[in-house]
Amino acid sequence: MPYPEELKKLIKIVEGTRAERVARKKAGEEVPFLSLEQRKERLKHHPDFQEEGRRPLKVGASKGYAIAHEFADLLEARSRIDPNKVDLSRWDLETDVLVIGGGGAGSSAALLAQEHGAKVLLATKLRHGDANTMMAEGGIQAATKGDKDSPYYHYLDVMGGGHFTNVPELVERLVTDAPDVIRWLKALGCNFTQIEDGRLATLHGGGTSRKRMHYAADITGAEIMRTLRDEVRNRRADITVLEFSPAVELLLNEHGACAGAVLYNLETETYQLCKAKAVVMATGGSGRLHVRGFMTTNHYGATGDGVILGYRAGVPVSFLHTVQYHPTGVAFQEQAEGILITEKFRGAGANLVNVDGQQFVNEREPRDIEAASIILECTEKRKGVPTPSGKTGVWLDSPMIDMLEGEGTVKREFPGKHILFKRFEIDIAKEPMLIYPTLHYQNGGLEFKASGETKIPGFFVAGEVGGGIHGANRLMGNSLLDIVVFGRVAGASAGSFVKSKPRDGKLSLEHVSRYHAELEAAGVGMDRVAPMVLPDYTPADVKKKQWTAHYEGTLR
Amino acid sequence: MSQAPESLTAKLIPIYIMGKRYEVPETLTIMKAIEHAGYKFIRGCGCRGGICGACGTVYRRPGDYRIHVGLACQTVVEPEMVLTQIPFYPANRASYDYATMEAVGAAVGALYPELFRCVACNACTKVCPMDVEVMDYIAAVKRGDLAEAMRLSFDCIQCGLCASRCMGELPQYHIAQLVRRLYGGKLAPATDHVDAMVKKIADGYYQQKIDELKKMSVDELKKLYTAREQEPHQAPELWKAKSAEGL
Ligand SMILES: Cc1cc2nc3c(=O)[nH]c(=O)nc-3n(C[C@H](O)[C@H](O)[C@H](O)COP(=O)(O)OP(=O)(O)OC[C@H]3O[C@@H](n4cnc5c(N)ncnc54)[C@H](O)[C@@H]3O)c2cc1C
Ligand code: FES
Repeated sequence: MPYPEELKKLIKIVEGTRAERVARKKAGEEVPFLSLEQRKERLKHHPDFQEEGRRPLKVGASKGYAIAHEFADLLEARSRIDPNKVDLSRWDLETDVLVIGGGGAGSSAALLAQEHGAKVLLATKLRHGDANTMMAEGGIQAATKGDKDSPYYHYLDVMGGGHFTNVPELVERLVTDAPDVIRWLKALGCNFTQIEDGRLATLHGGGTSRKRMHYAADITGAEIMRTLRDEVRNRRADITVLEFSPAVELLLNEHGACAGAVLYNLETETYQLCKAKAVVMATGGSGRLHVRGFMTTNHYGATGDGVILGYRAGVPVSFLHTVQYHPTGVAFQEQAEGILITEKFRGAGANLVNVDGQQFVNEREPRDIEAASIILECTEKRKGVPTPSGKTGVWLDSPMIDMLEGEGTVKREFPGKHILFKRFEIDIAKEPMLIYPTLHYQNGGLEFKASGETKIPGFFVAGEVGGGIHGANRLMGNSLLDIVVFGRVAGASAGSFVKSKPRDGKLSLEHVSRYHAELEAAGVGMDRVAPMVLPDYTPADVKKKQWTAHYEGTLR
Repeated sequence: MSQAPESLTAKLIPIYIMGKRYEVPETLTIMKAIEHAGYKFIRGCGCRGGICGACGTVYRRPGDYRIHVGLACQTVVEPEMVLTQIPFYPANRASYDYATMEAVGAAVGALYPELFRCVACNACTKVCPMDVEVMDYIAAVKRGDLAEAMRLSFDCIQCGLCASRCMGELPQYHIAQLVRRLYGGKLAPATDHVDAMVKKIADGYYQQKIDELKKMSVDELKKLYTAREQEPHQAPELWKAKSAEGL
């Protein structure tokens, strides 16, 4: 539905200040960026900094580390399988490299492992490409323009965005591999947006000092994902894809090396053992855990499974206490609630504006600062805009973009969102959008090295499931980059590892038994089951009537 | 959990999921309505954001002979609609060697001879939930205009509904994917600035600077970070930084 009358009135106020804000922008007079001191103050309004939302882990390699309850609940939970009842002397599938997760990181890893001579099996939860990668809109960072940018500035920006907590070796790899990733993707046939002379178009994003956000209209992630997926399909002689087959446990062998995984066929409800010489974990993020009850931008399968599996096998977690709230999720239209409005709108000049039509933060601050500022505006300062469903939000003033860059820019550069709102009879080239922060990205995850290795031989990590690259806060455009950089790295490392003829040995689920014993000793979690695999959206009244149904966690 | 509030307040309307009647809140998308009715998705649900193509849905309205389409995750329910999802439809995909394949229409035709079975009925375009001009991009491929086909097919999310309706039995979306890749990697202008930067990095041009940054204390880094020069928002493409530091 279009904006109701009350909101239309409030939009008039925004329109009243727009010309002046556009003039300021044109003159380069921006609302100043916060100093590092001011940032620290502002972040106190960020959900990450509210202690009541988290608790220390009672078991495992990172015991004592405090993370969100929703995540802790899953780490402190038993396996879906009883390790004593599994016959480990035979297996259903065998491969050199098992890649778990068919998003951007997993697909890149599969391609590189294959190029290193390995036979690859890629097991994924939903369809190949049903992944957060598919959903990324805004862009991918890389310092490709040597006349004004370099890995040096990219490095500084990444560190500043992550509040200088990032792991330097990972950041180095990220920024120095970045241009080659763009080259590789283009050579595989990705259509990045180009300007007249053939140079790739680049924009600013929050926290960038140079315009280095490459994009493919407003479906950058989809363009990357579908290109990688198509290439994986071309190599089906060496790469087998198994869909609707999430991994629910890792297999180790008697020498303590990773040796495959237990896969669960969601449709037939049967389990399969897959034996492998190396495993790449690339299961992505965890928005569907709805930390602190927030909405999420993430795909249906983003339930943090890889972190659970890796942690049980003994890999510590880091930076998992920080969660990224994307500052701009749809707050009105209720049926689109939580859906992401790309940061590119702000990169292109749209202000964030409160109920009085006033700008309250520079729109190019890092994401956590933007999110904290919006929450502050809507809570303590009481300058939020009330939505018809009783929530609050602030305006993202998209019509400014046409005034700055010329009529038709919004429609041309943001076709996806333009269509989405057009369905609600709202023209975002003429009317602003109402937004509020939404759960977006898992900043932390399994600990890993710049080679993709973890502390378990034969076990590699790539993508959103890993932690450390982005420190406590990721900048826009660095995740699409990270998944391809480290997907390629992990794939190549796994491929080489296989070639080095690792020691074969009896399969084992000892680590699961040990973990169960630890849970029992700590007196937690044996009544919960993880990984979650799919979120639970079945209404309680329906469940009550499913008299004979048995639920293992969220699955029937 | 996150979806409860709307269903408490909104008015209930009848919809028919595969012909069976359910009462659902009128504000829900088809996807949330199916969940509200008690289904748990395994197929037919992916991104929940209108881009993965998992949730293609066809429906009819009472007294209306036409087929309507929508993405379940994006389309709001209507009273009395009769719907089904088509989460999968078989379509042949030809494997090819991307590195050696020539970016010309004839090469595409050789992989997909069924291209020429298109009878221009336009059923594909009509059924596309993304308003892609499917028939037109197929026509462009037949003409050998790969640039136009890439442009016209760019918003395709590969839900497969086009292939399900095609009289000529074409796998339109696979053909479009092939063409977009041929265009992007082989026909689009070269990007010399990227290659130049890749070479500079491989030659170790920035290594010393990066090594210095890696060793710095947080305080030193903070100083550099705060002082770093910002490319202004409205700067032209060929903007030059005042300082050559780090470049
Ligand atoms: C709406 C949205 C917009 C974004 N925009 C940007 C942007 O503009 N720029 C940017 O840089 N980043 C962006 N991001 C972030 C970025 O897209 C993701 O962080 C990144 O794509 C993650 O890639 P991945 O391969 O690690 O995980 P994913 O792409 O999520 O892939 C993980 C895959 O693993 C599967 N899986 C999960 N559990 C299991 C299991 N147990 N067994 C087997 N398979 C499993 C999943 O189903 C999925 O297919 C955005 C994210 C979202 C959600
Ligand atoms: S679920 Fe992905 S398009 Fe609807």
